[in-house]
Amino acid sequence: MDIFLQQILNGLVLGSIYALIALGYTMVYGIMGLINFAHGEVVMFGAMVTISVITALTGAGVDLPGVVLVLIGLLVAIPACMLLGYVIERVAYRPLRGAQRLAPLITAIGLSIVLQQVAILIWGRNYIPFPQILDHDTVEFFGASITKLQIVIIVLCIAIMAGLLMMVERTKLGRAMRATSQNPSVAGLMGVNVNTIISTTFVIGSALGAIAGVMVATNYDQAHYYMGFMIGLKAFTAAVLGGIGNLGGAVAGGLLLGIIESLGAGYIGTLTGGFLGSHYQDIFAFIVLIAVLIFRPSGLLGEKMADRA
Amino acid sequence: MTKALDTNKKVGLFLIAAVVLAVLPFIVGNTLGNSWIRIIDFALLYVMLALGLNIVVGFAGLLDLGFIAFYAVGAYTYALLGSPHFGLHLPFYITIPLGALFAALFGILLGTPVLRLKGDYLAIVTLGFGEIIRIFMNNLNAPVNITNGPQGINLIDPINVGGLSLGKALQVGGTSLNSVYLYYYMFLALTVLVVIMAWRLQHSRIGRAWVALREDDIAAAAMGINIRNIKLLAFALGALSGGVAGGLFASFQGFISPESFGLLESIMILAMIVLGGMGHIPGVILGAVVLTIAPEVLRDVIGPLQMKTFGRMLIDPENARMLLFGLALVVMMLVRPEGMWPSKRRKAEFEDAKEAAAQKG
Repeated sequence: MDIFLQQILNGLVLGSIYALIALGYTMVYGIMGLINFAHGEVVMFGAMVTISVITALTGAGVDLPGVVLVLIGLLVAIPACMLLGYVIERVAYRPLRGAQRLAPLITAIGLSIVLQQVAILIWGRNYIPFPQILDHDTVEFFGASITKLQIVIIVLCIAIMAGLLMMVERTKLGRAMRATSQNPSVAGLMGVNVNTIISTTFVIGSALGAIAGVMVATNYDQAHYYMGFMIGLKAFTAAVLGGIGNLGGAVAGGLLLGIIESLGAGYIGTLTGGFLGSHYQDIFAFIVLIAVLIFRPSGLLGEKMADRA
Repeated sequence: MTKALDTNKKVGLFLIAAVVLAVLPFIVGNTLGNSWIRIIDFALLYVMLALGLNIVVGFAGLLDLGFIAFYAVGAYTYALLGSPHFGLHLPFYITIPLGALFAALFGILLGTPVLRLKGDYLAIVTLGFGEIIRIFMNNLNAPVNITNGPQGINLIDPINVGGLSLGKALQVGGTSLNSVYLYYYMFLALTVLVVIMAWRLQHSRIGRAWVALREDDIAAAAMGINIRNIKLLAFALGALSGGVAGGLFASFQGFISPESFGLLESIMILAMIVLGGMGHIPGVILGAVVLTIAPEVLRDVIGPLQMKTFGRMLIDPENARMLLFGLALVVMMLVRPEGMWPSKRRKAEFEDAKEAAAQKG
């Protein structure tokens, strides 16, 4: 089996999930100039709700193909997460618009803690396994193997991202979003309802987060109340890597980070002579983040970083 | 005349505070028991940590979410040099300063790459830095066992002052003084030292430079302040207090593991500053004490209260405690973003920001 190709494939799967979550960060950042610290929790809720729905359905004896069950789960999880995103914006961000920058960060961290605790109340502290309803058949691909599920994840991510880009570039809503991100007050004068646009941005980002959450859960076969933290942080790194505020950048950054991470985890052992093993996988994201911020703070595709960052 | 009275009043207040602090463990020990003295000891540790972070966040306005890393560096330095793990048993007057020094070095190490960053970006990078340190502590047990991994380090030496071990009860006359009393005075002495350091710094040239940096870095640079040095100094001095507190924590606890140095701890310390009143030393002390004591009180209250009202446990107390903590952060920021006990200057900054926001519409 070709390790290099295998790691690239793993990286693509991971990266497309990061990209999906990174879009949530980058959209909010593009419009408000703020990091939505509670976004990781939205991802976690997406995964948890879906698992609950599937477990409830199979428990009730519903006999449907696995894919349909997951879709039904998603149909519940997406609106739930959209609502969550809306609430986050209303509680943590809207009342503090224009306040000192520290305040919304603290409210978001507070909300993030609250959401984690609520998740513990509902789902407990343990890892929740993803129901075994999807087949894990693998496809051989030039000596590397990839599951069909992972292929679906990659394709779906690309489709969603293409759809989002189309929406932002081609539709009226997208134009309003771009206008708000350039200058909220002027956009307001031009008849854009800035509040609605900001809410919509949070809601769309959360919907993407929900889908990503389900993908994470299917890919790792489990979900956990604390899963949102690490994945959120990595997705944020992806957004910064690609140039925060830039949608295409988030996609590129996500894929790149996924590949860097899995190549790093695959080769760190041989590179350091066995001193550092693959359990150091998590540090690559931080190293990339710090390196990007030092050498190219505007990211790969970003425009010149504004003074506020 | 009034001035003399004022000074007298101040001296009086100071004396009262000193007496109260001196007898506090005896009062608490006799009414609530030794476990509460332990909690007060922890409160003192957190006061040191919060004052350290306050230098970075409160004075210089640099948002740091990875502060716990410096605490960890101090704690691990103490633990590795004073435990059976490597068979080293260096005295505390070497290990604690060494830990503080290492922490300060790490502060500069972190500070250098992030010099250009501000606000949320800085928060995320420092958070990442904290996580990197934790990941290393967790994994540096193979192939060479340095930190003993997730199991942590055990049997750490207690502080030994001239033959008097603070880890054992002291026999005075007929009564025995529990180790928590001894640590209380040790921690109190160092806390006072840290308070004095923070106080003197705040009212020095450096302190004023930090305020200038916080309020407007471009203007500060134009006034001739060396932004780079002053930022690094803030990181180093903040980390220094964190390192001292870390060493004390290791000796007090006798056991450390990476679990004690998670992100939540960093957030907790930040919350102490923010809820207390950023940049205001009495406010920060208040925040640290309240946020250490309140959860313990809640722990004792939530369980019994639920049993009484509902007849069974609806919410696990630990869960309820964290839920309340999260809610407190949100509510506090919405209602009183300047904190419980802000300094006048800070309050003015907040009002400025509010006015500016109002004008912008």
